[in-house]
Amino acid sequence: MKKTPLTEKHRALGAKMVDYAGFEMPVQYAGVLEETKTVRTNVGIFDLTHMGEFELTGPGALETVNYVTTNDASVLKEGEIQYTCLTKEDGGIIDDILVYRTADGFLLVVNAANAAKDYAWIEQHLKSGTELKDLSDELTLIAVQGPKSAPLVEEIFNVSVADLKGYTFTEVTYEGEKVLLSRTGYTGEDGFELYFANALAEKLWDECLQKGEKHGVAPIGLGARDSLRLEARMPLYGNDISEETSPLEAGLSRFVKLDKESFIGKDFLQKQKEEGVQRRLAAFVMVDKGIPRQGYPLLNMDGEEIGAVTSGTHSPTLDYPIGMGYVDVAYAKPDTEIQVQIRKKLAKAKIIKGRFIG
Amino acid sequence: MSEQLRFTKEHEWILVKGDVVRIGISDYAQSELGDIVFVDLPSVGDHVEEGEGFAALESVKAVSDVYSPVAGEIAAVNEELEDSPELVNESPMDAGWIVEIKVDGVVQLDDLMNKEEYEAFLKEV
Repeated sequence: MKKTPLTEKHRALGAKMVDYAGFEMPVQYAGVLEETKTVRTNVGIFDLTHMGEFELTGPGALETVNYVTTNDASVLKEGEIQYTCLTKEDGGIIDDILVYRTADGFLLVVNAANAAKDYAWIEQHLKSGTELKDLSDELTLIAVQGPKSAPLVEEIFNVSVADLKGYTFTEVTYEGEKVLLSRTGYTGEDGFELYFANALAEKLWDECLQKGEKHGVAPIGLGARDSLRLEARMPLYGNDISEETSPLEAGLSRFVKLDKESFIGKDFLQKQKEEGVQRRLAAFVMVDKGIPRQGYPLLNMDGEEIGAVTSGTHSPTLDYPIGMGYVDVAYAKPDTEIQVQIRKKLAKAKIIKGRFIG
Repeated sequence: MSEQLRFTKEHEWILVKGDVVRIGISDYAQSELGDIVFVDLPSVGDHVEEGEGFAALESVKAVSDVYSPVAGEIAAVNEELEDSPELVNESPMDAGWIVEIKVDGVVQLDDLMNKEEYEAFLKEV
């Protein structure tokens, strides 16, 4: 199992460690309920070093990025970030990623479990004059998330983030070394993601905890990360999106720019848009008791199967169960009543509009 | 009437009182599961087979079945858990009990561990 430069810190903090995408990662410290609350009310720090980072440079870089992703990277100015998908010819999602427009090209941030697959895919589709480099082993990623993340980041780097908008980044220095400071996250809260050389990792982590003490900071594990993203209705690759689902079915059409000249999957997605999708990723809350879990069947009120749960949990913030799943489009409208088969029982649920929180 | 406390390898405890057994999960089990947020209880009068999953403990992240070490009829369920599932974490051996089962026939304790044996077993886990 791979370690991150912070693995020993997690152990010392009493984290429960698990194997996640081949990395030994903290799943929880104080507990999922408490950690989720910390991020919703104060600020939490996450070690996300398992995520992959690729650099694309050279005159062909923009053409390559625009060919392998669904969003339009040509609109990005230096310092801007966009969410996008890598898709196959059949519209299936290879990964959902972030694209950063840097001074010399692009930085792609990819899911840990997909990093090797993504790298091979991009390499296979490189346009001439493009250099692809895997920086994953050189960079540490710490996320600082929560309503008190801004004052903490400002104090650590001695900068103002007042002008740093969501989905933009800037470069700051720490101990004379460069840190990429990005106003992004996967929690539904204000927050930042910090990318920097591994050598700074332990010092910066400790400083986040020390300087964050007055803001109620705590380290946050992958367990709370999952509840936080689900409450914010953000899809998780492998659960809610996969090579078997298209971005249009997943409700990600605003990240698919069909007016772009060409990209892998465009023909299929164009056709799917014209014909309309058969199923949609819907969010629902439970009306009856029970917690929906991945794989549980979804049924209409007549008891006919209409889909399956892709993510479900007991929301720590709302204190009731929430879920997402693909349903036949006829049942995807807000307020539609459906049923979840939870073990031997059928429990009523209701489709909602928008996010669960905020 | 004397009470006997036993443990299973699945980290449940069984308190035997005559032909009725009270069942819960051990402190080790609750700590492994993390914050319990929902307990799916059976109904009084349900019949359960030995080895059957009769209740489910849901943490934020996952669901775990509770298996019956005996065959019998559900005589009582801990209704407190419906509103306060956290009792399983806070008081696993006492206020966080889950069900009572009236055992079919005679209670067989031979395959179960006593407290000392269970503590030794935990060291091997």
